[in-house]
Amino acid sequence: MAGISAFGAYVPRLRLARSAIAAAHQWSDPSFKGKGKGERAIANWDEDAITMAVEAARDCLAHGAAPGPEAGASLDALYLASTTLPFADRQNAGIVATALSLDGQRRTLDITGSQRAGTTALLEALQAVSGPYSNQALVVGTDKRQAKAASAGELAYGDGAAALLVEEGEGLLTFLAGVTETADFVDHFRGAGDAFDYTWEERWIRDEGISQIVPEAVNAVLAKAGVEASAIDHFIFPSTIGRAADGVAKSVGIKAEALADNLSATLGECGTAHALVMLSHLLEGGLKPGALVLVAAFGQGCDALLFRATEAAATPQGTLGVRGHLALGKTSDNYMQYLAFNDLVTLEKGMRAERDDYKTALSVTYRKRDMLLALEGGKCTQCGTLQFPRTDICVNPQCGAHHTQEPHSFRDSKASVLTWSADYLTYIPNPPSHYGMITFEDGGRFMTDFTDVDVGELDVGTPVKMMFRIKSSDRLRGFVRYFWKAVPQRGQDA
Amino acid sequence: MARGIKDKVAILGMGCSRFGERWESGAEELMVEAYEEALLDAGIDGSQLDAAWFSTHYEEINVGKGGLPLATALRLPNIAVTRVENFCASGSEAFRGAVYAVASGACDIALALGVEKLKDTGYGGLPGSLGGTLNAQWAATGSAPGNFAQLASAYRAKHGVSRDDLKRALAHISVKSHANGAKNDKAHLRKPITEEQALSAPMIAEPLGLFDCCGVSDGAAACIVTTPEIAKQLGKERIVTVKALQLSLSNGSEAGHNSWDGSYFHTTRIAARKAYEEAGIKKPREEVSMFECHDCFSVTELVTMEDLQLSAEGGAITDVLDGFYDADGTIPCQIDGGLKCFGHPIGASGIRMLYEMYLQLSHRAGPRQLEAPRIGMTHNLGGSPMSNVAAVCIIGAAE
Repeated sequence: MAGISAFGAYVPRLRLARSAIAAAHQWSDPSFKGKGKGERAIANWDEDAITMAVEAARDCLAHGAAPGPEAGASLDALYLASTTLPFADRQNAGIVATALSLDGQRRTLDITGSQRAGTTALLEALQAVSGPYSNQALVVGTDKRQAKAASAGELAYGDGAAALLVEEGEGLLTFLAGVTETADFVDHFRGAGDAFDYTWEERWIRDEGISQIVPEAVNAVLAKAGVEASAIDHFIFPSTIGRAADGVAKSVGIKAEALADNLSATLGECGTAHALVMLSHLLEGGLKPGALVLVAAFGQGCDALLFRATEAAATPQGTLGVRGHLALGKTSDNYMQYLAFNDLVTLEKGMRAERDDYKTALSVTYRKRDMLLALEGGKCTQCGTLQFPRTDICVNPQCGAHHTQEPHSFRDSKASVLTWSADYLTYIPNPPSHYGMITFEDGGRFMTDFTDVDVGELDVGTPVKMMFRIKSSDRLRGFVRYFWKAVPQRGQDA
Repeated sequence: MARGIKDKVAILGMGCSRFGERWESGAEELMVEAYEEALLDAGIDGSQLDAAWFSTHYEEINVGKGGLPLATALRLPNIAVTRVENFCASGSEAFRGAVYAVASGACDIALALGVEKLKDTGYGGLPGSLGGTLNAQWAATGSAPGNFAQLASAYRAKHGVSRDDLKRALAHISVKSHANGAKNDKAHLRKPITEEQALSAPMIAEPLGLFDCCGVSDGAAACIVTTPEIAKQLGKERIVTVKALQLSLSNGSEAGHNSWDGSYFHTTRIAARKAYEEAGIKKPREEVSMFECHDCFSVTELVTMEDLQLSAEGGAITDVLDGFYDADGTIPCQIDGGLKCFGHPIGASGIRMLYEMYLQLSHRAGPRQLEAPRIGMTHNLGGSPMSNVAAVCIIGAAE
């Protein structure tokens, strides 16, 4: 028996009001006039599929079986699903695993190439923990899809990630059956190396693709589990095509009220992550024990997975989840900023942007991987001083002991601002550049970049937490450097 | 304690180029300009130099690496030239090399020369980046103003100072330096400003506006040192000797240990304490006649006055607003305009500060000459508040 035992999600703080997108394009296409409803999540300039995956995984693991510094210690596999991973050849899941201190003897996989990669990863993980080779696995779906200005995707997509902990046993949601239907139905495609999707006519996708292929898979999984369609309590089926989910539900006999909220009004559609995002969102509300949950995702075929809620699912976990992150959102109508963050407009960045230190010494990146990716510093075993980075000689002027430091991660440590400034001179994609010294509650400090911060928000003493972000990108060589930044603690987050 | 440097080395001659946007000159021409003045002042020619120390910071936009650029530009007589680099304190470092060489007896006459050609970048301000293969992968984004501006946040929190009161003191500091710089025909910025102008200037890095930041200038400064005895033999009058020369470098404790509160310079306090001890100064506020401090930003000057023990801790704002450091105040500071207005060609700045103290002590400071100064001090700082090189040098009339 296998089940989902914990869940978590991440949604970037920024939300772009669709009215801003609609207003920008009405001059050329009057039909945008009616498309300005709701908002979509947009990643900050320093977020991508990997950084969002790390944050969703942290949200999930913080409430898994073993929260705290040991979170995930019993994991033996990490599946990362996305079609927008920054590296085509450098395992992206390995970056996520290292950021979570989960590298070492574990299986890590990138699962990609289709909009159902998220459900495929989930299915693979469930099947793996059902067998003898795996006991606990983390499945993370994440996507930050690029869309051309004035495209349907620009309105429909949202950036986000979700993570599910899968293990032996019944969990919160017990896995009953899974089916995959493969069909090379090209509703859209994105060529290797291309930034944007090329999409075919919606009516054809709905009538010839979704309406034909999805019911096949759904009926098959119901038959496999011996469950009637009408017994389904929650049906999760992401689609950006209006009424596609309703059509599937109707055709197989799932009741209309079982349709799960697809979050289009508040978040947008998060690509491969979206089925997992919707599932996390559903679980956050608490489920009636025994409730049947059907999850399906479409993409060159269809995955369909059937679950039953256990007693444990009735009480929501303390994750921030989709709901928590949605509540922390900041709505923006700054369409130009969105274009700039996504390189959809050629901006004059000034000569200060022409930095020549972007070449990355990969040997250093590897040697210091625990420091750079897992925010690991040291704890002096002689005087107890926490310090970052970890060095051979203790930083405490009263100690100075040699070779006494053991690893200590500051990833989940609470911190506050000691000094700060908002710098209008330094080049940064989202000026002003906020940076300053932070001190950790239990000791340790370093000067850090702040991100997701508003002008006027920082002060000495402001509580902050650490988040995994893009440090800089080497456009010339196609390399992305990651590190941690401080973000003000806000609302229920605090 | 070691016996120290007091009165072992004399300044034989000094020179300083005009600072500013020297579009017509490269580093080579600036070096020659400072060198020729120093030779003339010393009354020697280049063949009498035994060794040279050369300071530049940004080799990549300047002259390149090594001591060769100095040796070549000045056609030095195949003597040893050592290039030193220690951030914005590089000039003091070059001076230290030359002074120690003479004090050791290894050299009779040595040259220290610093130069920086900053205006070949195509934009205002300094190029970024600390360099290093690891720094770039984790060090916070930062510019010099943003790094130093952080002092303001911690200073305000520690001393309970409102933003407005701090801004007013910072404005006074800049107004004073502009007034002083206006009297210096070698200075980069020579227009007086008003407090209103300083307060309403565009924001650079909260809370520092444009007038809280020093000039980004081209320039060179040179100093020829020898023993007091040789100086006398060469006919030097009003001999000025080195009384103290101290450097203190951060060891990572400010940046990595919670014992530092972010509002002051740990190293400056150490270098100042040692320098006063070396020079035999017991009451700095009473004994120091004048000083040049590293006013890269107005807020640096403010906290440095306390770190140098000239103002009480938390008392600098009152002293500044009272005019204590103005040209007609008790301890005039930045009498030549400082980094703020004379300018800040990085590798030259430490020596430029000494140049003004030397001119004042030699009674050759023209329209800005102070009345009978006895002890002049320079404070030259490189790096950022959390990790830096602090140099304190004291010179005065030979005893």
